Amino acid sequence: MDIDVKNVAMLARIRLTDAEATELGPQLERIVGYVEQLAAVNTEGVTATAHPHDMAMPLRADVVSNTNQRDALQTAAPKTESGLYVVPKVIE
Amino acid sequence: MSWEVVIGLEVHVQVNTKTKAFCGCSTAFGAEPNTQTCPVCLGMPGQLPVLNAEAVQKTILTGLAINATINLESRFDRKNYFYPDLPKGYQISQFAVPLVEKGYLDIPVGDGEKRIGITRIHMEEDAGKSMHEGLEGVSHIDLNRSGVPLMEIVSEPDMRSADEAIAYLKQLHQLIRFLDVSGGDMEKGQFRCDANVSVRRPGEPFGTRAELKNLNSFRFIKQAIEYEANRQIELIEDGGEVVQETRLFDSAKGESRSMRSKEEAHDYRYFPEPDLPPLRVSAEEVAAIRAGMPELPGQLRQRFEQEYGLSAYDADVLTQTRELAAWYEQLVAAHPKDPKRCANWMANELLGRLNDAGRDIADSPVNAQALAGLLDRIDDGTISGKIAKDVLDAMMESGDSADAVIEAKGLKQVSDTGAIDALIREVMETNPQQVEQYRNGRDKLFGFFVGQVMKATRGQANPAVVNQRLKILLQG
Repeated sequence: MDIDVKNVAMLARIRLTDAEATELGPQLERIVGYVEQLAAVNTEGVTATAHPHDMAMPLRADVVSNTNQRDALQTAAPKTESGLYVVPKVIE
Repeated sequence: MSWEVVIGLEVHVQVNTKTKAFCGCSTAFGAEPNTQTCPVCLGMPGQLPVLNAEAVQKTILTGLAINATINLESRFDRKNYFYPDLPKGYQISQFAVPLVEKGYLDIPVGDGEKRIGITRIHMEEDAGKSMHEGLEGVSHIDLNRSGVPLMEIVSEPDMRSADEAIAYLKQLHQLIRFLDVSGGDMEKGQFRCDANVSVRRPGEPFGTRAELKNLNSFRFIKQAIEYEANRQIELIEDGGEVVQETRLFDSAKGESRSMRSKEEAHDYRYFPEPDLPPLRVSAEEVAAIRAGMPELPGQLRQRFEQEYGLSAYDADVLTQTRELAAWYEQLVAAHPKDPKRCANWMANELLGRLNDAGRDIADSPVNAQALAGLLDRIDDGTISGKIAKDVLDAMMESGDSADAVIEAKGLKQVSDTGAIDALIREVMETNPQQVEQYRNGRDKLFGFFVGQVMKATRGQANPAVVNQRLKILLQG
């Protein structure tokens, strides 16, 4: 098991120093190795588990139940302008 | 040696539900920014999604219409990526087991048809909208669209030209409008297309493909595919190699550019959505949805040809939308005598005028009953077909009935033989030479006399009566 720690960190948008990456690598490998013991179990003919609870999804009727709560919700945002969220420029 | 273009399409269709996929927020278009959001579609911690039943039913209906398999148990997964218009940091989608699989659509190609395979239709949620224009160093985000239900319809790489791709998209677009599962408005982003394009020598394995993103009009899609195919051919012929990448088409420049570098190649790290148990639908529910299936465009076209004796062309024009087809059937119901005349007048005269005025059949100032009223007046000889066109112009203008226009403008056709005979005699008296020549065998002059009589009545004389009386009186 060889984990590209830098790549995993980049995908998760976590900034790591080289020292942290070196330290985390073996730790992550131990965790994945632990989970990998499951691969030893013979699952021939066993249906994959989609969800831990054996239940079907409850559905919702298509009826509008929410009203405008913009002011309250936007108190959690660092910056807004004219009702829009302001974020650092996204380059396409 | 020639090149073959290979195209597969991914179409994102906004499902026209009243509420979002996983919460009770409204999906109405054009609301003030961020006024249709809640903790669920804003991705607040601890919120649980609950799936919209209507979105499920509309996806199943679409699946049945493309002759696909409906998976009675399907699942949801998280597709992970970071973008400010995706507040959760993942999109809820269906990756491993989609609701709909293995269907097809037959598209018109030349004189025949070609079957395009549809790999799958899965349910997912839309992202919000980012705005960059006119802003310095920042972007603005509106999350009203965040969580709006989408169907992603993925085709097989079965298309071999931009024209085939367009034919497929038009067919699909017409279908979703007929099924009323989406507004299909491309300008509002309700029908968006990504194209996977590669080239190969015929018979060889598929080449490396490039993905063209967010093509939002039929014209741009054609341009973008053709541009991309040529780019790849030139690249290979110059000894280069196509790399798998996402490219963005710039419609203003008519060219595409690479959008994501290789380092950031897609790695969505899909995993099962733990907040949603499997979606189960029963065979009975599917059967009930199938029973409610409306007549599809192909069936309707065929019926119009058989039942009303329409040409393939007219049948095609009148079945472009459900609204047009319903309008035509109302017209025939109101003027059952001549369905072909109904089709001619609707397709050529009415739709032509509406088109010129930039109007839709839904807001036509002349309704089906009114047009039938006009056709009745042609049938009973009150006006000629030629005058009827002027009457229709006036009806379009004023919204009045045919009878009101004919009355007000005094356009009633003259069919009275006494009055017509008098006119014919007048014409004969003023043109004695022509009468002489006609009687000496110059048959061609008959048309001249018809013209003169019609002119004298400003086109209001019944042409059939004029013809009949002229023949008799000219013989002398």
